This record gives sequence, C-alpha cells and structure tokens, in this order.
Amino acid sequence: MTWLADPLIDGTASGPALRLDQPISFWGGVDPADGRITRPDHPQHGACVSGMVLVIERLIGSSSSSAVMLELLRCGQAPCALIVGARDAILPIGVLVAGQMGWATIPVLHLADPPFRTGDILTLCAGGHIERA
Amino acid sequence: MHLAPEDRAILAGETGSGGHRMALEIVTSAARMLGADRLVEIASGHIDGCLYHGASGTLFCEKLVEEGAQVAVPATTNVGALNLLKPDQCRLAPDARKMAFRLMVAHERLGCRPSWTCAPYQAGARPALGQQIAWGESNAVAFANTVLGARTNRYGDFLDIACAIAGRAPYYGLHVPGRRLARLLLDATTLPPGTWQDASIYPVLGALVGRLAGETVCAVDGVPPGATDDQMKALCAAAAATGAVALTHIIGTTPEAPDRATALGHRRPEETIRLSPAMLDEERRRLSQAPDGPIDCVALGSPHFSAAECLELLRLAGGRPFRRPVYVCAGRQTLEGLATDGIDTALTDLGVIFVTDTCVVVTPILPEGPGVLMTNSAKFAHYAMGNTGHLPVFGTLAECVASARAGRVVRSP
Repeated sequence: MTWLADPLIDGTASGPALRLDQPISFWGGVDPADGRITRPDHPQHGACVSGMVLVIERLIGSSSSSAVMLELLRCGQAPCALIVGARDAILPIGVLVAGQMGWATIPVLHLADPPFRTGDILTLCAGGHIERA
Repeated sequence: MHLAPEDRAILAGETGSGGHRMALEIVTSAARMLGADRLVEIASGHIDGCLYHGASGTLFCEKLVEEGAQVAVPATTNVGALNLLKPDQCRLAPDARKMAFRLMVAHERLGCRPSWTCAPYQAGARPALGQQIAWGESNAVAFANTVLGARTNRYGDFLDIACAIAGRAPYYGLHVPGRRLARLLLDATTLPPGTWQDASIYPVLGALVGRLAGETVCAVDGVPPGATDDQMKALCAAAAATGAVALTHIIGTTPEAPDRATALGHRRPEETIRLSPAMLDEERRRLSQAPDGPIDCVALGSPHFSAAECLELLRLAGGRPFRRPVYVCAGRQTLEGLATDGIDTALTDLGVIFVTDTCVVVTPILPEGPGVLMTNSAKFAHYAMGNTGHLPVFGTLAECVASARAGRVVRSP
C-alpha cells in the first residue's frame, strides 16, 4: 500500500516504524547522545529512535527540541525519517540546520492521521511517497 | 512564496554574506513548512538559543559568525547556561562549560545585546503596540503579546537567531491580526473581591489559564485593572509553563482588549468557562509537590526578579538573616541598579545568593537533589522537580521569607 505525504524536507529512507503513542517534547524526552526516550511516564520509555522511521502525531513542549534533533543528527543517533501528523517547524528546523552544517539529514514528511504502527517496514521515496511492505 | 527582490538576491548569493543567506534559508524554509506565503519585517528579536543543549548548537552559531552573519534588528539574549559574573557558581562539566561559554560568545559576536535575561522587558526591550517582532522564551513571548501588544509567535532555537539576522519572520499565527482574537472566554467576574488581595493570585491564575487554554488564545474577564508589570509577568510565565499560551487577553489590561467584544472580535466565544474559587484552590495545590515541612532553599526570580521585587524582599526580611539560602535570579542590569543603593549588599548580608545571566532551573547551581525548594514562582514550581530534583513548595513572597528564616514552611495567617 502507498500514501502520498507532504514533504516538509524531501528525501528517501527505509526502515522499521516506531510510533509514539503519546505526544512528546524531544527536549527533556529524548537523550541526544543515544536516542533513547527518557521520560518514565511515556509509553515508549526506553525505546530508541535511532535508525527508525519515527511516527509522531503531535509534538509538545519546549522549542529547544530543535536543538535535540540537531544533536541527534550530529551524533549519528537520529531517526532515519520523521512522519509528523501536524505541521510544525520545530523538529524540521533541526534537520535543516544539520544540512547547513554539512551533516547527514533525513526526510520529514507531513501526513495527517498517519496510520503506521510500530514494526511496519516503510520505504519513503522522493516527493512524499510512502510504501508499506 | 512571495519574497522581496532583495531577499531573492540574498538567497541567490548575489548580495549579502553567507551567514545572511543561511539565516534567510532557514526563515523561508520554516515559512514554507508552516504554510506561510510571505515573510514579515520584524523590529526586534529576543534569542533563546544561547542556552546550551549540546555541542551542535555552538558549532552552528560559530559557523554563522564565520560566514559573516550579523543581526539586522536589535536583539537581546535570553539566559545562558553560565553566570558570567560568577563562573564557578554553575557545576557544569568542563567540556560542557567551555561549549556553553563559546555559545554565549558567538551570540555577542553576531551583534546581540548581551542582556542574558528571560525578562528583556525589564532591561529596556519594550516593543510598541502592534509592532512585529520575533521573540523566543515562552514568558517573554507571552508578556510581549499580552502586556505590550507586540506581535510574535513562540520562536525556538535556531529560528530565533535566523529571524534576527534576516530581519524577517514567517507571516503566520500571531503575526496575523485575525489569529490574535480570543476563542475561549474565562469568566472571572464572579470571583469574590477578596481573591485579588491574595499576594499569589497572579501566578495561580496564570497556571490555571495555561491548563485550561493550552495553545488557544483566550480572554480573561474580571481581573481588576491596574495590575503591575510584575503581577502580569508572573501570570504570563505561569500560563506559558502549564500551557503553550503565547497571548492571553486580560480584559482592561491587554492593549488590544479594552472590552470583551473587542477581545473576541465581536464573535461569540467557542467556549466559556466560569472560574471558581475551588478551581484556583486546586491549581494552587498543584504547584506544591512537597508537604509543608522543612525546606532546603528558597528560589526566586522566574522570570528574573525586578528591582521592585528585590526591594520588597529586603523590606519583608526586616534585617533578620535567613537560615536557608535564598537564590535570587535577576538580570545583571537590575543588579547594577541595586548596587548603586547598596541594596544588593544588604540582601547578600542576609543570606541571598544572586544568580545573574542564567537561572537555577536551567543549569546545575542548586546542591544536588533530592531536596525541597520553596518559591513564589509558578514557573519554578512547574519545572523544579524535572530540572533540579527538588520538590517545589509554592507560597507568597512573605511566606518564602518567613520560611527561609525558620528553615521550614511558615504560612501567613
């Protein structure tokens, strides 16, 4: 099955999905050094975002999450792609800045009510196309 | 995207520095992501990105400097991770300390005014009614919109400095007049008159506003006119901590909200909530996470304490020394003003520890937790446990003073 998302930052990626079942603030919620979700009260506490297609319906909290995103990219601990359910510039700006620094970046796609579950194997093609194996 | 010819030339590399182009690329990309079809010129910036979160942020700002970027509009700096006046006050590891210092220096080299305060409106940065600005730091954003009537969204790391360098921001959200109208009405007109005599009503009301409003622009009717800047500062900071509030129409105080109809744009509110004394009591209870008992310290000044608040602290202390440390976070400009009258020395002699350029919940200054911290700030109460390991107890300034003297929570009769 395929979906067409709005590419906030275009690119290609492939990997297993990790869906966050509750909104999260990356600042204070994700360890930039190893990509682990550190908030004890979050349903995905302990999971690691590194290398995953991270599916986030809603972001909350600090706008310093941009800085955490950038740090994950610099440390090589970032997800391989982001699929966000709401238009927001906080995480994409971290990705954008990484591009300006000459570091590896990742695609960021906007798709309302993303239907993906943790463990789905997703392939993201240029232009916002998403395929589920 | 509609861009001015000079912006197109900068993006094409035909004019301006490489750093200017980097900044404008970030601003235009953010505009595209947010669905804005143009940029708006801004009159000032307040930069939150000078607080250290990792080496990458420092490297980015230093690259902007190397590429010749300079802010195009007056820009003040929010707190950093270090007290530059007392470098040993903060317990950051040596590597992090070095990078945090380099980050603050890079902001100065970009042309920012080194105010190092979360209350720039106490340090002369007071944008005019209707002025478009791009500010970071949630309390400063809420104050600028709510009290001054300036127009800004909540700008975060990287986009804040990019807007200040570009002199422009994406035209969306609270920059747009129609998006500033209240959709939710909080009716405080039936609260008993005594409510407003309570010295901690403003932070408590603010915390309640944030919890009820979330991200929605709301109007609060029934707050007596004449609230001071410090009272509004406490209200705005609390609302921006418990919610994502960037603008609250305090009817009769907010310049855009002389009356209910104007605040609501002459429409019916989507929802009306009548505030009750029980709701305020419940909100006040939430701000304390430890029972009344022994305390380890008092922390004041989130947002940064004003000169008037420092004087009130000195008056309440009545010359009797504190048994527990009282951390007062304040801007260096405020402290310079106090020094001319010897107020700072008088407070230090009683046991006050001044923290400038930063604050006790964003960088390790307090002794390591666990511990109990008493405060009159709803914002400190909200962030204390997560950021410092200290359980907060909330009280009025007079209660904080009496408790610091006793070493345990003392409530006013």
